[in-house]
Amino acid sequence: MYRYDEFDHAFVNERVAEFRDQVARRLTGELSEEEFRPLRLRNGLYLQLHAYMLRIAIPYGQLSPRQLRQLGMIGRKWDRGYGHFTTRQNLQFNWIKLVDVPDVLAALADVEMHCIQTSGNCVRNVTSDPYAAAANDELEDPRVWCEILRQWSTLHPEFNWLPRKFKIAVSGAAEDRAATAFHDIGLRIVRGPDGENGFRVLVGGGMGRTPYVGQVIREFLPKEHLLSYVDSILRVYNLLGRRDNLYKARIKILVNALGIDKFREAVETDWEATNKDAVDLPEDEIRRIASYFAPPDLPERAPRDEALAARRESDSGFAIWYRNNVLAHRVPGYASVVISLKEPGRTPGDASSDTMDLVADLAERFGHNEIRTNYTQNLVLPHVALADIPALYDVLAEAGLAVGNNEMLGDMICCPGLDYCNLANARSIPIAKEIAKRFEDPERQAEIGKLRVNMSGCINACGHHHSGNIGILGVDKRGTELYQITLGGSPKDDAAVGTIIGPGFRAEKVPEVIDTIVDTYVENRQEGESFLETWRRVGAAPFKEALYGAR
Amino acid sequence: MPSVVTANRLNDGIVVYLAPDGTWTEDIVAAARAESEDEVKALEATAAEAVRERLVISVYPMPIEVKEDGAVDPISVRERIRASHRTTLTKDWYDVPL
Ligand code: HEM
Ligand code: SF4
Repeated sequence: MYRYDEFDHAFVNERVAEFRDQVARRLTGELSEEEFRPLRLRNGLYLQLHAYMLRIAIPYGQLSPRQLRQLGMIGRKWDRGYGHFTTRQNLQFNWIKLVDVPDVLAALADVEMHCIQTSGNCVRNVTSDPYAAAANDELEDPRVWCEILRQWSTLHPEFNWLPRKFKIAVSGAAEDRAATAFHDIGLRIVRGPDGENGFRVLVGGGMGRTPYVGQVIREFLPKEHLLSYVDSILRVYNLLGRRDNLYKARIKILVNALGIDKFREAVETDWEATNKDAVDLPEDEIRRIASYFAPPDLPERAPRDEALAARRESDSGFAIWYRNNVLAHRVPGYASVVISLKEPGRTPGDASSDTMDLVADLAERFGHNEIRTNYTQNLVLPHVALADIPALYDVLAEAGLAVGNNEMLGDMICCPGLDYCNLANARSIPIAKEIAKRFEDPERQAEIGKLRVNMSGCINACGHHHSGNIGILGVDKRGTELYQITLGGSPKDDAAVGTIIGPGFRAEKVPEVIDTIVDTYVENRQEGESFLETWRRVGAAPFKEALYGAR
Repeated sequence: MPSVVTANRLNDGIVVYLAPDGTWTEDIVAAARAESEDEVKALEATAAEAVRERLVISVYPMPIEVKEDGAVDPISVRERIRASHRTTLTKDWYDVPL
C-alpha cells in the first residue's frame, strides 16, 4: 500500500492547519459564507439538508485496517456512528459539525487520509477495480497508475480550476469493474502490438443530465506516456470547455460538440507539441511507486478445501453467500470476499462504526490487512484463504453482514436522495428498502440471476441509474415524488445508457413495477440469457406492454 | 398560508427556524409564523441580521400548514424531512407526513 513520504505528510498537515485557520476566521466573521464556501468545498465539506456533510477520499478504494478503524472512530466521536460509502469509492459523513471539521481532518491526516479533491472543479479522487492485484483476469495492477495520477493531479496548478469536475477511473483487468466508460477519462490497461501493456483511453463518458458512454480517443497509449497524454486531454478541455453554462461544462459536452475525431486531433496536436519528458515520470520513479503495491505474500494452498466444500453442501445460507460473494483469486487456495452493505431494510452503502471496526478486525485476521471499497457500495477483502472462509462467514453472519446478494437484484446502488441531499428531487433510500423487502427471498433472486438495479434521487445521477440494467430516477412532479424507469443500461464493457420506458410511477408502485419488469424478463428470456441480452433481443415492447398495457 | 423562516446553524449545520423572540429553534412548532407578506419581510430582515451575526446560513422562508391539533405541516416532502431532523427509513413511509 502507498505510504506517505515526508512531503506528503507535511503537505496534508499544512492543509489541515490552513483549514483550521479558515474555519476560525469564518466563525469570527473575517470570512463571509460567500468567501468561505469555495474553501470548505475544496476540503470536501458540503452543506446538505440536515447538516454539513464531509466527503473523505479513499484513493482507488483502498483502506488499511488502521484507516478503517479511524473512520469508525470519527463516525462515533464526531458523527452519529455511521458513514455512507459512495459510488466513487469515497466515504461520506452526514452529520459533521463545522467546528469539529479541523479535528476530523487532523484525525484523518494521522492515518494518511484527507478530503482534498473530493469536491470542486478539479481532478477528483481516481477510482479503480476493487479486486486489483487479486482478480485472475488482471493484466496489470491499476492502482500504481491511480497513485501516479493522484500525485500528478494533486493541486496541479494548471488544472485546479477546470470548467467543471473531472473524474478518472482505471481498470487493469479483462472485465471492467470500475465503470470506466462513464468517466471523463476511462483508462483500460490492454496488451499492445508488441506484447507490452499500455492504455486504451476513453474520453467524454459521464452520467448526469446528459449521459454519454465514453469514446475511444486512443486505442493504445504506451504506459510511460500516461501523464503527458492525460495532460494534453486536460489542457484541451481547460481551454475549450464551456465555462458559461454549468450544464454544458463537462468534457463529455465538449467531446460530443466537437465530435471525437476533432477532439482527438486537438489532443494529439497538443501532445505532439508537448515536451513529454518534462511531464512523464522517469522509469525508476514508476518502479518506485509500483513497489508500494507489491501484492501480499500468499503462499500457494490447495485449490480445494474440504471443510469449505462440506459447509456448502450442508448450509444453504452459506452456499448462497459463497456463490455470490466469494470471487476467484489469481493465487490457488485464495478468494476475494465481498462484504455486502445491502442488508434488506438498511440504507445501501451505509456502514456503522461498529461494522467498520469489525471489518478492520477481519482484514487483520483473515485478509492480509487490506480492505477495498467497491463503487457498487460494498466492502471487499481481496485476499482471503479459502480455508478461512467459513470462520469469516460465521463472524459476518453474527454481525448481520453475511448478506449474499453481491451483483444480484438486492445489491442496489442508491444515492442518499431527499433523505440527505440538498439537490434531490425525491427519496431513494426508502424505495431501495421497499424493493429489497419485496425481493428478500434469496431463492427468488437466484432464479432471477445477476441484475443491476441503480437508483438516483435526481438527474445528477450519483446513483448511476443510467447504467443500471434497471434504472430508477426520482423526479418531482408538482410536489409529488415520481419515479422514472430506464431499462437496458450497463456499466461494463458493453456500456450503455438505459432507455426511458414510459411515464413515471408513484413511490408506492415502484416495487411492483420492478417485479413486473423482472417477471417480463424471466418470461421472455432464453436459456442462460442475462437481462441485457433479453432486453437487446426483445426490445422495449413486452416491457411496455406489461407495465402500461392495461391502460 | 402562514410562512416560517428556516436556515442551517453555522457552527453545526443543523436545521433551525426563527422563533418569535429572535432566537433560532430546532422545533418547527416553535417557529414565528408570518401571516402576510410584510410579516415575512420582517422575519427575513431579522434573519439577515442573524446571518451577519454568523448564527445561521442558507436562510429562506417557506409555507406551512397548521393542523387543527396545532401540529405544523411543512407541506413539501423536503421540508418535512428537514423538520424531522432524521431520515425516512421507516416502515410506513409512503404518504405519511413523517
Ligand atoms: C450528497 C451530496 C452530493 C452532491 C451535492 C452531489 C452533486 C453532484 C452533481 C451536481 C453531479 C452532476 C455533475 C454533472 O453532471 O456535471 C453529480 C454526479 C455524480 N455524483 Fe454526486 N453528489 C452528491 C453525493 C454523491 C454520492 C453520495 C455519490 C455516490 C453514491 C455521488 C457520486 C456521483 C457520481 C458517480 C456522479 C456521476 C458521474 C459524473 O458524471 O460526474 N455523489 N453529483
Ligand atoms: S443523484 Fe441527486 S439526489 Fe442523489 S446524491 Fe446526487 S445530487 Fe443528490
